[in-house]
Amino acid sequence: MLGMSANSVSYNDQGSVESGVDAAQENSNISSGGSGGAAFSLFSADCKKNEDLKEMLENSKESLKLEAMKRIVGLIAKGKNASELFPAVVKNVASKNIELKKLVYVYLVRYAEEQQDLALLSISTFQRALKDPNQLIRASALRVLSSIRVPIIVPIMMLAIKESSTDLSPYVRKTAAHAIQKLYSLDPDQKEHLIEVIEKLLKDKSTLVAGSVVMAFEEVCPDRIDLIHKNYRKLCNMLVDVEEWGQVVIIHMLTRYARTQFVSPWREDAVFDENNEKTFYDSEEERRVDESKPYIMDPDHRLLLRNTKPLLQSRNTAVVMAVSQLYWHLAPKHEISIVTKSLVRLLRSHREVQYVVLQNIATMSIQRKGMFEPFMKSFYVRSTDATHIKTLKLEILTNLANEANISTILREFQTYVKSQDKAFAAATIQAIGRCATDISEVTDTCLNGLVLLLSNRDETVVAESVVVIKKLLQTQPSQHSDIIKHMAKLFDNITVPMARASILWLMGEYCEHVPKIAPDVLRKMAKTFTSEEDIVKLQIVNLAAKLYLTNSKQTKLLTQYILNLGKYDQNYDIRDRTRFIRQLIVPNEKSGALSKYARRILMAPKPAPVLQSAFKDRDRFQLGTLSHSLNSHATGYLELSNWPSVAPDQSVRNVEVVEPVKEALAPALGKSKRAKSDEKFYSGSEEEEEEEEEEEGSSSEDSSSSSGESESGSKSEENSDDSNKSSSSQSEKSSSESDTDKKKTQKNKKLQQQKPASKDRKLKNGKAANDESRSGSESDTESSSSESSSESGSESELDSNSDSGTDQKRKTKSKTVQSKPVTKLAEKKEVSLLDLDDFSPVPVTTPKSSILSPSLLSDLQGLSLSPGASALQASSPVFVPETSHELLHRMTGKGLSAQYRFTRQPCIYGNSMVSLQLTLSNNSEQALENIHISEKSSRRTKHPPLQRYRAFGAAGVSNSVHGCGLQ
Amino acid sequence: MIHSLFLVNASGDIFLEKHWKSVVSRSVCDYFFEALERATEPENVPPVIPTPHHYLINVLRHRIYFVAVIQSEVPPLFVIEFLHRVVDTFQDYFGVCTEAAIKDNVVVVYELLEEMLDNGFPLATESNILKELIKPPTILRTVVNTITGSTNVGEQLPTGQLSVVPWRRTGVKYTNNEAYFDVVEEIDAIIDKSGSTITAEIQGVVDACVKLTGMPDLTLSFMNPRLLDDVSFHPCVRFKRWEAERILSFIPPDGNFRLLSYHVSSQNLVAIPVYVKHNISFREGSSQGRFELTLGPKQTMGKAVESVLVSSQLPRGVLNANLNASQGTYTFDPVTKLLSWDVGKINPQKLPSLKGSVSLQTGASKPDENPTINIQFKIQQLAISGLKVNRLDMYGEKYKPFKGIKYMTKAGKFQVRT
Repeated sequence: MLGMSANSVSYNDQGSVESGVDAAQENSNISSGGSGGAAFSLFSADCKKNEDLKEMLENSKESLKLEAMKRIVGLIAKGKNASELFPAVVKNVASKNIELKKLVYVYLVRYAEEQQDLALLSISTFQRALKDPNQLIRASALRVLSSIRVPIIVPIMMLAIKESSTDLSPYVRKTAAHAIQKLYSLDPDQKEHLIEVIEKLLKDKSTLVAGSVVMAFEEVCPDRIDLIHKNYRKLCNMLVDVEEWGQVVIIHMLTRYARTQFVSPWREDAVFDENNEKTFYDSEEERRVDESKPYIMDPDHRLLLRNTKPLLQSRNTAVVMAVSQLYWHLAPKHEISIVTKSLVRLLRSHREVQYVVLQNIATMSIQRKGMFEPFMKSFYVRSTDATHIKTLKLEILTNLANEANISTILREFQTYVKSQDKAFAAATIQAIGRCATDISEVTDTCLNGLVLLLSNRDETVVAESVVVIKKLLQTQPSQHSDIIKHMAKLFDNITVPMARASILWLMGEYCEHVPKIAPDVLRKMAKTFTSEEDIVKLQIVNLAAKLYLTNSKQTKLLTQYILNLGKYDQNYDIRDRTRFIRQLIVPNEKSGALSKYARRILMAPKPAPVLQSAFKDRDRFQLGTLSHSLNSHATGYLELSNWPSVAPDQSVRNVEVVEPVKEALAPALGKSKRAKSDEKFYSGSEEEEEEEEEEEGSSSEDSSSSSGESESGSKSEENSDDSNKSSSSQSEKSSSESDTDKKKTQKNKKLQQQKPASKDRKLKNGKAANDESRSGSESDTESSSSESSSESGSESELDSNSDSGTDQKRKTKSKTVQSKPVTKLAEKKEVSLLDLDDFSPVPVTTPKSSILSPSLLSDLQGLSLSPGASALQASSPVFVPETSHELLHRMTGKGLSAQYRFTRQPCIYGNSMVSLQLTLSNNSEQALENIHISEKSSRRTKHPPLQRYRAFGAAGVSNSVHGCGLQ
Repeated sequence: MIHSLFLVNASGDIFLEKHWKSVVSRSVCDYFFEALERATEPENVPPVIPTPHHYLINVLRHRIYFVAVIQSEVPPLFVIEFLHRVVDTFQDYFGVCTEAAIKDNVVVVYELLEEMLDNGFPLATESNILKELIKPPTILRTVVNTITGSTNVGEQLPTGQLSVVPWRRTGVKYTNNEAYFDVVEEIDAIIDKSGSTITAEIQGVVDACVKLTGMPDLTLSFMNPRLLDDVSFHPCVRFKRWEAERILSFIPPDGNFRLLSYHVSSQNLVAIPVYVKHNISFREGSSQGRFELTLGPKQTMGKAVESVLVSSQLPRGVLNANLNASQGTYTFDPVTKLLSWDVGKINPQKLPSLKGSVSLQTGASKPDENPTINIQFKIQQLAISGLKVNRLDMYGEKYKPFKGIKYMTKAGKFQVRT
C-alpha cells in the first residue's frame, strides 16, 4: 500500500494522499495518449503514479485489484487519461469477481478504440461468456463485445449478434437489438445482414425486445417500411406493455408509418367511424355530402389511435408528448383535442419539460386555437418562471387571443409590461402589437395603451413601444397624426437607437401629416448628427431626402448640410447612402430621368409589416422532435411524408399465419375469423357457396364449416359436395372404430337429434390418439378419464340416446370435450344460415397465445387429419372472445397462473354445457409437475392431467385446457 | 441517442463525464458555457443548445447541470425525462444529489450509468431493478464488503427485468407489513392586487410507501373520484380498471413511489386558504418606501395553516429593508434583493404582520413595479379539493397489513401580485 501515497489523482478520500505533481508526467502522457486522450493528457495523471495502480492490478489479491479498478474508474470519470494501464487491466477481464469484471468492462469500452491490438486479447473471454448459462453474463458479454469499436472484430460481432438474436432469453435478444446499432455505426457495410436480423427480431413477441429493435430499425433502415407491415398490428397491440422508452420510439416510428399507409382523415366531409357507430353518423353527415365518397378510416389506423390513447396517462412526459404528436399528425381533426389536458398537465413538470412542451403547444395553438383556449389560464406567467418559459407562454397567449378573450389577455399583459424582467416586458409589448393587428376591434385600445407606455421610465419599454407603434401606424397612418406628433415630442428623451430611428422613419414617411414638426425634427437632428448611432444616421438621411422632396423650401439647406456630413462619415454605409440620395434627389445633368421619379421612388406606399408568430413556420417539422425545438433540420431528422392520396394495399398488414409451427401442422384458422377479417382472400361468392353447402349439407354445419376452415386441406370440395360422404370419409380415416361410426352417422343424418353425438364420436376417434401422445403422465389420464366417463355418458345419452360405452370412454380421454354448441348451432342453422355474428365482430389480430389444443374444428371435419398425423397440434383459439378472467394469479400461485375464458366454441358434451378454456402458464423458474384440477360437486370438469410445465425461463410456453362445466 | 453525459457544477467545472459511444471531447461543453454566461439566471440557460456537430440538452437539478450530448434527431423530452430519471436515481441511492455525493460514490455512479443506458438507449431505469443489480451503498455494507470481499453488484438478472411487473422484485419479506398513502395537494394560484383570484388550480399526488411481503394486489378507491379531472399513473396501475370503475388496482412497487398524480378540474372553485393584506409603496423623490404585510387564514376548514414562508423579490433599486415582524423572523439579502419571512404558524387571533420601511439607493428612481409575493404554507390533515380515500383492500396475500392514509395541502406556485 505504500504506492498509494503517491497517487494524487485518486478519487477516494481515504486512500489518497496529495503528492507533488511533477512536470515529467506530462511528457509521458502526451506520448502515450491516444487520439481522444491527447486532449486531456495535459491535465491527466502521470505514469509514475499509475505505476502503483499497475502493481495493485498485478497483485494476486482480489480486493487490491478491485481497489485499483475503482480508482481507475475515478480517473476515467474525471476525464483523465488512464490508457497506459490497458495491458494491466485487460488481464483481469476473466476475473471471477463480478464487480471487478464490470469495472474492467467499463475500462475496456472506454479505451479499446485506442488500443485495438491489446483489446483483441479480451475477445475470446467474451466469446466464451456468450455461451454462459447465466443470461445476465451472456447479455453483458454481448454488450461489451459490441461496444468495443475495433473494426477487426466485425465478423465476430456479426456472428454474436446473429446467435444472440435467437437466444431464449428476451433480455439477451434485447441486448442483441442494441448491438445492431453499434455494429452499424462501426461498419455500415454490414447493413444488409443487419436488416435480416432486424427483420427477425421485429417478429419477436417479447415486449422487452420491441422498443430496442424498433430503435435499431430507425437507425439502420428507417426507409424499409415494408418490414413493419406484418408487425404493425402486433406492435400496436403490445404497445401498452412495452417499457416506456420503447414506447416513445415505437410511437414515433408508427407515426411515420401511418402517414405512408393511410389516407388523410382530415377531409372536410370525413365521416367519423369508430366501433361501428357509423350508422349513427351516416344519417346526418353523409347525406350532406353525398356527392363525394365518405371517408372511412382504415381499421388499422383506428387501432393505432385507440391503442395509444391510454398512454396519455403515462407518468413519462416523453411518452405523453409522443402520443400527442401522433394524434396531431394522424387523428381526425375533431379528435385531436383529447391530448390537450395531458399536455397542460406536463406544464407542472420540470422547467426543461415545460420548455419543450410549450414550444409544441405554441405551434399547435397557431393552427388550432380552440384546443387550448379553455386552458388559457394555465399559460399565465408567474414571476418565478425562467425567461424563456415566460416568452413561450406569452407567445401562446397571443396565439390564443380572439375577440372574446382579448380583454382578459390585455389585462394580463398590462401586468407583464411592468415586469422587472425587462426582456420579458419588451416581448410583451411585441405581443400587444400582434394582438392589435390580429384583432381589429382592439387596435385602437392597444395603440393608446402603447402610447401611454411611451412615458414609461424604462428605456427598453419605451423603445419597444416605439418600434411596435411604428409598425401599427403603418397599417393606418392617416388617423394617427397626433400619435406621430406625440412621439416627436418624446424624441428628445428617447436614447435607444432603434426607437429613435423608428420615430425618424415615421416622420419622414408621414411628413405630410405633420408638416410643421418634421422640419423642426430635422433641424435638431442636423445638430446632433455626428453623435448619433449609425442606424439613426441612416434614417436622418432618409428623413432629409423625403422632406426635401415634399417641402424643399424649408429644408433645402438642412438637407444639403446633412448630406455633406454624411459624405464624410466614417461608416461606408452612410457614405454610400448619402451619395445615392444626393444623386437621386438633387437634379443635375447626369442623373437626368431618375430624379424625376425620385418622389415616386422614395415616397412609394409601403406594405405594412405583418406581425406574426415566431412559430408560424415550425409546423414543417414533426412535433416533439429535436428539429422542431431548434426550428432547423437536425441530423438524422426523418421527414413525415404527406398522406397518400390513395391508400396502399391494406392487406399487406394481414397476418395469415400466426406461427410457423401452426402453419406446418394446424389447418388454417377458424372459419369465423376468416369471415370476419379476411375478405380479400375469399371472394364473396365463395362464401355464399359455403353457406349454401351448409344449408344443403344435411349432416350438420360442422362439416361445412370445417371445410371452409381447412382451406389448406385439399378435400374441402369433396367434402362440401356431400356431407354424408364427407362424414363417412372422415370416419374412415379416424382410426379403428370407423365401421360402427359410419353406420351410426348415416342413421344420424336422418335423425337430427342424433347427429351431434355421432359427430362427436368421430371427432373423438381422431383425437384419442392425439391425446395419448400428448399427455405426459399416463396414470393421471386414466384416473381422470374414468371419473368423467360415467358422467359424460349419462349426459350424452340424454341428448342423443345413441352412443355406446366404448365411444364415450374415448371421448372422455380427449382433451377438448365440446359437444353442446354443436347441436345448438346445427339447430340454428335450420332457421337461418350459420350466424356468424355469434362471434365477436372485432377482427382477432392480436398475437395469439400459442395454445396446445387439438384443433376442434379440423377434427370435426377430420379431412385434413391423416391417421398418422396424430402428433401435437398447435392451433390458436380463433374466434374466442378476448376477455379472459383471472382464476389464479401468478403471485398467489407461486408462479403458476390460471386464466379462464369462455370460448364460445361448441361444447361436445351436451346441451347444458359450455366450453371453458383454461390457460395455465408457468411464470416461475422451476418446472411444475402434476397439476390437478379438482372436481367440485356442483361443477363438472373434464380435465386431463397436465404435463410438466416447463420453467418460464426456458421457454414461456402456455398450455391450455378445454373443459366443460355445467351451465 | 444519448452520446455522452457531462456533469457541470455551479462554478462551471465539469466534474464527471461518461461516454456511451465513442469519446466526445469535453470541449463540446464550451458552447454550453457560452450559453451559461449569456444567461442572467442559472435557470435561463436554454435546455436545448445546438452546436455545429452535436446538440446539447441539459437539465438543472440541485445546482448541477446534467449536459447530455446528442448527435442526431431524438425527441428532446426523451433525453430530458431520462436525465431527470438519472437525478432521481442518484437521490434514491445517495440520499442527496450533490457534487460531493456524486464524487464520493463515483464508482456506483458509473456502474449505474452503465446499466441505465446501453449505446445511449435506456436499458434499466426502474429503481428496483437497478437496486438488485447494484446495491445502494450503506455504511454497513461497505464494512461488510471490505471484510468479506463480497461486492455491490448482483450476479443474476433481476427478476423484475423479465416479468410483467418489472417494478416489483420477487421474494420481498417484511415482519411488519404496512402500506401508507399520502395525499398531497398543491394549490397553484395567482392573486391579483385587490385580492381576487386570477387563476387557481389544484394539483395533487398520491405518494405511497408500501412495505408488504410477497406479491400483494391492492385496490384503492376514492369517495369522490369524479373530482379527478386528469390523471397520470405509475405504470403499475391497471388503466382499464380505472376507466371502467374508477378504482386504482395495482401490484405496488416495493418501497416509496408515486402512485398517481392528478389535476382537479378547473371548473371546481378552489378554496384559497390564506389571504394577504399588503401596502407596499414608494414615493417619488423619496429614498424611503413603505412596506406592510399582514397574513390571515381564509377557508381552511378549521385546520391550522403551518410552516408559512413568505418571500419576495424586491426591486433592484432597494438598498435595505428595516422591518419589524410580529412573529417569526425575516431576512433580506442586499445582493439578490430577496426578502424572506419565516412566519411559522398563523394564529387566527393574532395575525402575523411585517411592517417597516425600505430604503432605496440614492438617486434610484421609483421602481415602477411592486414586487410579487410568493407564499408557501402547509395544512395538515386536509385535502383542499375534498378528495377522500374510501378504502384500501389487499388481495393475493394472507396477512393483514397495517394501512395508513395522510392528507396534506401545500402551496404550490402561490403568488400574490401587489
